Formats: sequence, C-alpha cells, structure tokens
Amino acid sequence: MTTEQTSEQPSTGNSKPIIEIIGMHKWYDDFHVLKDINLEVQPQERIVVCGPSGSGKSTMIRCINRLEEHQRGQIIVNGTELTRDLKNIERVRTEVGMVFQHFNLFPHLTILENLTVGPIWVRKTPKKEAEELAMHYLEIVRIPEQAQKYPGQVSGGQQQRVAIARSLCMKPKIMLFDEPTSALDPEMIKEVLDVMVDLAREGMTMIVVTHEMGFAKTVADRVIFMDFGEIVEENEPNAFFDNPQHERTKLFLSQIL
Amino acid sequence: MSESTVRIEEIKPPSSDVGMIGWVRHHLFNGVFNSIATIVIFGFLIKIIPDFIQWAFIDSVWFTSGKECHAAQGACWSVITQNIRFNIFGYYPFEEQWRPLVAMIILISMLVYSRDWNRWNKMLGYAWALSLFIMGVLMKGGLFGLVPVESTKWSGLPLTLLLSFFGILMSYPLGVVLALGRQSRMPVIKAFSVVYIEIIRGVPLITLLFMSSVMFPLFLPEGVTIDKVLRAQVAIILFTAAYIAEVVRGGLQAMDKGQYEAAESLGLNYFQMMRLIILPQALKIVIPPTVGILISAFKDTSLVVIIALYDILNTTKSILTDPEWTGFSTEAYIFIAMIYYICCFSMSQYSRRIEKQLEYKHTPTQGP
Repeated sequence: MTTEQTSEQPSTGNSKPIIEIIGMHKWYDDFHVLKDINLEVQPQERIVVCGPSGSGKSTMIRCINRLEEHQRGQIIVNGTELTRDLKNIERVRTEVGMVFQHFNLFPHLTILENLTVGPIWVRKTPKKEAEELAMHYLEIVRIPEQAQKYPGQVSGGQQQRVAIARSLCMKPKIMLFDEPTSALDPEMIKEVLDVMVDLAREGMTMIVVTHEMGFAKTVADRVIFMDFGEIVEENEPNAFFDNPQHERTKLFLSQIL
Repeated sequence: MSESTVRIEEIKPPSSDVGMIGWVRHHLFNGVFNSIATIVIFGFLIKIIPDFIQWAFIDSVWFTSGKECHAAQGACWSVITQNIRFNIFGYYPFEEQWRPLVAMIILISMLVYSRDWNRWNKMLGYAWALSLFIMGVLMKGGLFGLVPVESTKWSGLPLTLLLSFFGILMSYPLGVVLALGRQSRMPVIKAFSVVYIEIIRGVPLITLLFMSSVMFPLFLPEGVTIDKVLRAQVAIILFTAAYIAEVVRGGLQAMDKGQYEAAESLGLNYFQMMRLIILPQALKIVIPPTVGILISAFKDTSLVVIIALYDILNTTKSILTDPEWTGFSTEAYIFIAMIYYICCFSMSQYSRRIEKQLEYKHTPTQGP
C-alpha cells in the first residue's frame, strides 16, 4: 500500500516505521480533540505519552487500533492504512495489543479462557495449543497458578497482568497501554510495571500513556508531551525531564514531579 | 477467677436470639407493626382454612354425575373427573386421544431431560429433531397408518403446550436478533427493528391474533390458505419477540463499554464478540425479566380463544356451558389454575437454577 509521504522523514535509523500518523485530526462533534498529530514509531521503539487529563493522549492511542475513528489525516500501522474498511481494521487489531486502565477482563470467563478466546477464534489456533500458549504467557506475567480462577477472584494488579498476557497471546507486534496503572492500589503498581519493563527488554514496540515518570525514565526511548489535543514536545527522556523546552511542559512537570 | 468462669469461646448467643423462639421474634414480632400484621394474618387464616377444607375435601364429591353434584354441600370435583378427557384433549377425535397424550409425554420428558445443559450435545439435538418429528406425526397423522387429524381439531392442553413451547422457543432468538438490530449502526436494520418493536408493542396481542385470523387471509391469493393454528402461533412469536427484544436491549445497555473495546481490540469480529463476550453477560443480567415475559407469553396463549381455537381454558368454558355442569366454574377453574401454576412455577424455578449456575465468582478469595 503506497501512502503519501510527508516532508519530514524519520530522524532515527533508516528502517521503515511500524506506525505512521500523518496530519491526523479528530473531532467529537464540534470539539477538536486531536489537532494535526504527526508521529512515527520505529519497530522496537518504546514511547511514553504524558500530559494533563483531557489532553487527548488516550484518544490518540485509541485511534491506533481504531477504537476511535479519526476524521482527517492518515494512520498507517505495519503497512495497513486504517480506513472504514473492516478487513483492515481487523488486521490491524490482531497486530496491535491493547491494555486498558480498567483491565476489561471478561468476567464470565476464567483467566485461562480470557487468554485463549483471541487465539482460538481469531487466529484459529487449536484449543490445546492455545492453552499451552496461554500458560506460557501466564508464566511470563508470573501468575500461572491463577489460570482456573475468574477475574473477580484475583487482585487488581493480577488482573492487569492477566490483561497484558491476554494481549500477548495474540502475538502482537505493537502493544498500547492506556494508563495501565492508574486504577491500581499503590502497592500493586510495581508488579505491573515490572512486567512491562520485561516486555520492553524483549524488544516489544510499546506506546504507553502513563504518569509513571520513573518508568518513562528507565524504559522510554522517547517521551511525548500532549496538551489540548496537540503534541507539544517530544524528546529523549533525559532531555525531556531535565531540560523541557516548552512553558506548558515545564508547568506540567512541576505539577507531577 | 473462679472455676465457674466459662471461656469466651464457649459463650453462646442468648436463647431468645436463636432457634425457634429467635426465629419467631425476628421474623414475626419485630416491632409493633409487624406484630399486628402477624396477628391479623393468622386470624384471617384460622377463619378461612377450616372452611376451605370442609368445602374442598370433607363435603366434596369426586366421581358423580352433575345431578348429585347439585345436591352436594361441598365442592363438585366431578366436573373435572367426569370431563377430564374433553377438558384436556378437546375436540381431538376420542379414539385417537392417546396420540396427543403420547406427544405431550414425549415433550415433557425431553424438556425435563434437557434441563441440565451439561447434557446438551449433538445426540440430544438429534433426539430433539426426532421427537419433534414424532410429535408432529402423532398430532397430525396421515403417516404410518395414523388417521389424519385436522389442526382445527387440535385443542385443550396439547394446543396450549404447542403454542407456548414454540412461542417461547422461537421468540427468544428472534427477540435477541431484534435487540441487536436496534443497536446496529446500519440505519436500515436499526430503523426496521425500531419500527417493528414499537408497532408490535403498541398493539394488544388480541389485535394481532385477530388480524392473523381475519385480516391476513384477505391478503392471500385465492385458494391459498395458511393453517389457523400456525397463524396464531406466528402472531404469538412475533408479539413475544418484541418484548424480549426490549428486555435484551436493557441488558446490552447495562454492559460496560470496556467489554466491547477489549473484545474488539483482540480482533474478534462483531458476531464473535456478541456471541462469546457480550450476549453471555447481557442475557444473564436480564434472566429475571425475560422469564417474566416468557411466563406471561405462556399465559397469553389462552387469548387464542378470541379466534375460536380451543385451548385448555376454552375447553373448560365449553364444559361449563353444559347445563349438567353449570355452576361449578370455581372447581373447574381451580383445576386449570393448578395446571397453569405448575407450568409457570416450573419455569420460574428453572430460571432461578440457571441464574445460580451462571453465577461467577466476584469476591476475591484468599490464596491460590
């Protein structure tokens, strides 16, 4: 699929970006939530998106797997442009995993079934194989012993780890995290972040909306700051935190750090 | 400390709080209002029950002719025992009445056997297909040397069960489809569902039955007739489905948006998402109102009297128009009420059982 190239070329490396967002706008009725978003993500790149609430950061990553529809511009994920075409949307969704703030596990299915439903029905993996895959990822998120329980029976931190494992079972090329630790009790945040750090070390392409600045410093290749629906500033984590360029960034950092 | 001191663990709650006395105190006499209510209700029961027993059992007659009944003091159960075959089977040919009896036994046995869905498998599906075929042949005849019986002769309990069984069986899936249609993003499907649901809910069932029986045949080309029972059946299905649809829509709206998003982000398509994730949860939420609708659909089958079909209520009425048995409507209707009650109560019990089975654990438990 050929796409119109913008004047800006990726600054890092010469590999093809896995996500390209070009001049993307989004409105809720008259409200302009996302304004001229341009973003390129290289394979294996880890990006942290931060910004005040209502700045459009969640909306932006939700556009990447089409949970939200954009009205102008282009979003190209792994060579597939997101349009109204349902085939494309489904293809992109199988390649992009998403972890939500409120976990969104399926409460009527056991944890194991939560993990196998995607592989079995979307990837057509045989049940037995899907269960082995699920157990493998439950071990990676360190809760294999909970497989037969229902989501309601485990703690919030464990639920979020199950949610991460559920996405991983689809073997996605990209993982999106929408404030994965915001709904957790403080003592459970670390166990989830640890899993995410492991994932980053494995070389997963990740876009993480979070306020965990410690995570951003240790893991991110790039930090993006959004405000009022715009990308205000983006930089490497050290430069971003130590030497913010923009007034709005400075104000935001002074409030959260 | 003296030796008589009891250890804390051995202290029992005061005797006034446990056992029989405790129960009575907590449930019947807690507070002035409840105490008065208890006394009034008990007084009422003491006055009513002995009289009822006297009438229904002690002074009653069971297997007599109508004449003796008129002479008796108590209840005339003879109105039921002497007319039982007409009451149950109506105008179905007298010599052939074993056929609907066997059909009903098959239906009820199959229902009872299928109540546990762990038994649902391919074999059971085939068994159902076979049973339905056998029941059809038994009722209709014309095959295997059975005398053909016109469906206009089908009446009594078999007719009630037939209309209810297929009414419930077909209206439920249709209702679910309509509910999904009403939520659809496709304007045509959505509009059709909305219009259908609103129109059907806007008219009484009697009107639909009447239309199906009187008006609908006018639109058919000459010579084409559609079975009257079938028309009534379709009217009942269409009517019930509209109500089911609205209840199911309530369940769909109660679903957390995150469930849709999680299912979509896994790449499940619409049908997989609905079947695997959304409907199992949404339909479970609305079991109580759904069963309410199905129970009233069962009872509403008695409205087919308006188009001169003889369901079990109508056969009872016919019996009561016989001069020999006029005046014993109380007894006859008590009998019918019991039949309806058994069916409705079984349905509501079954629904509670399903709810229990579908209950998934919500509370965190300790350890693995």
